[in-house]
Amino acid sequence: MGGEPIPVIIVVQDLEKKFGDIIAVDKISFTVKKGEVFGFLGPNGAGKTSTMKIIACVSPRTSGTLRVFGMDPDTYPAEIKLRLGVVPQETNLDPDFTCFGNLFTYSRYFDIPPDIARQRADELLEFVQLQEKRDVTVEKLSGGMKRRLILARALVNNPDLLILDEPTIGLDPQARHLIWERLKMLQAQGNTIVLTTHYLEEAARLCDLLVIMDNGKILVEGSPGDLVKQYVGKEIVEVEKTKEVLSCLAGKNIPYEVIGDTVQIATGSSREIVRTLFDHCSPHKVLTRPATLEDVFLKLTGRKLRE
Amino acid sequence: MYHFWSIPRITRRAWKVWHRNLVVFFRTWKVNFFPPLIEAFLYLFAIGMGIGSYVKEIDGIPYVNFIAPAILAISVMNSAFFECTYGSYVRMYYQKSFDAMIATPLSIEDVIAGEILWGATRSVLYVIIMLPVFAAFGVISFPTSLLAIPLAFLGGLMFAGIAMCFTAITPSIDTLNYPSFLFITPMALFSGTFFPLTLLPILFQYIALALFPLTHLVAIMRMLTLPDLTGMVLFNLAWILLVTTIFCIVAINLMRRRLIV
Repeated sequence: MGGEPIPVIIVVQDLEKKFGDIIAVDKISFTVKKGEVFGFLGPNGAGKTSTMKIIACVSPRTSGTLRVFGMDPDTYPAEIKLRLGVVPQETNLDPDFTCFGNLFTYSRYFDIPPDIARQRADELLEFVQLQEKRDVTVEKLSGGMKRRLILARALVNNPDLLILDEPTIGLDPQARHLIWERLKMLQAQGNTIVLTTHYLEEAARLCDLLVIMDNGKILVEGSPGDLVKQYVGKEIVEVEKTKEVLSCLAGKNIPYEVIGDTVQIATGSSREIVRTLFDHCSPHKVLTRPATLEDVFLKLTGRKLRE
Repeated sequence: MYHFWSIPRITRRAWKVWHRNLVVFFRTWKVNFFPPLIEAFLYLFAIGMGIGSYVKEIDGIPYVNFIAPAILAISVMNSAFFECTYGSYVRMYYQKSFDAMIATPLSIEDVIAGEILWGATRSVLYVIIMLPVFAAFGVISFPTSLLAIPLAFLGGLMFAGIAMCFTAITPSIDTLNYPSFLFITPMALFSGTFFPLTLLPILFQYIALALFPLTHLVAIMRMLTLPDLTGMVLFNLAWILLVTTIFCIVAINLMRRRLIV
């Protein structure tokens, strides 16, 4: 073991959150180290937002241990929150203020002196490319601009930890890419980021480590690449579902999954599978693609719709 | 863990919430300053001059002078009550401002305390605007009437606390109409405002004294503007202080229960 140990930012042990009889977070444990981008994936109602709110000191936990910057949110909420930047799922900008006013007013809640707050607000507007909207009230902004302003707002206090709950929800690809780029910049500066997302591409691009949650539990933890390799494999062969294909695959003992009218075969070597298919199964359409996080996600959480 | 009566931990950060509301208020000052000014004129003319020309005097006091302190007290009540019901509800529910604030070092206790302080400040501002109008018409006496300003803060705190309790339990913004029409409106009429309390049947007098916070505010206000200070002022003040303390504490705990889950 060489070098300095990387400081731990969040330690969670057997964290539990109940709303009455409903268990939202079911004794989960994880650790986030300084400089990491740590992602939470999971279907609706998996417990991601509840977990974020508990870490952000706005929702008390039912049981378990939790330390953020080594402090307990039950005892030191203000001290922890002073060092947090939070992007909530719901847009809650202050409609009574302009873009600049939102950042400036928010700075005051962090005891930032007015001179520094003003300068920082302008820098941040530039960072999220909203300097032209500086003096526009937030109601006149598009959805993407609002999300960008919320990201800027989360940065007014130079946080040591950013908590992002669905940072790019409902955004067009342009706005999403801008936010990704900015998050990458923040990561490069050594920021620690915890985020939840539904977008698996987002998770794959941004996260060093991620967990997949379902029904309040953590199903798996790992880097996006490792998870794909471990749970799905290298590639996916998709072939149109026909009787011949199905009986042929069963005959060859090749595991497969039927999704609608396609058959998916996860494999380490697509060439072999494709050759087998063409030699023995007379397939119609065949498609080979790399395995993605989405395949892992669907494999682990199933295809049933969540409300 | 939290009871309705547990003493909330409030920090100086509550003033930041207060300050935010103050900034917004003064940015839209034209909209905010005219209503109390117009209101003062309307009441003075319609009731003071209109009804006053028939009533002339109550207990030897010119009718306009009798109702001037009541108009001030009603204004204190309305400004704090409506700020901390509809105003706070909009900020809490529609604008999600409280959620945004508690993501910072502010606690929910700070936020609600700041809102209540702001409601009371609004009452003070309205009284400050109305006093010169009444002074110009010569219907209040100085310097005792200047004490209406600190009294407005205390009365404002009381009505802001009561309002915040309703806001904490209301299922929707529409149901805030119930306390407005069933509590505020009757209070504005039957608290010794436009006619003396003694005209009411004795039972209703006791009800007004026991349950209508405005009764006590009007009583003190009248003692200041006439001026006609009596020992009763101590009873009225004690009643207001007690009720203010109870409702402000309960309001913060109810809000905590509503928002921190």
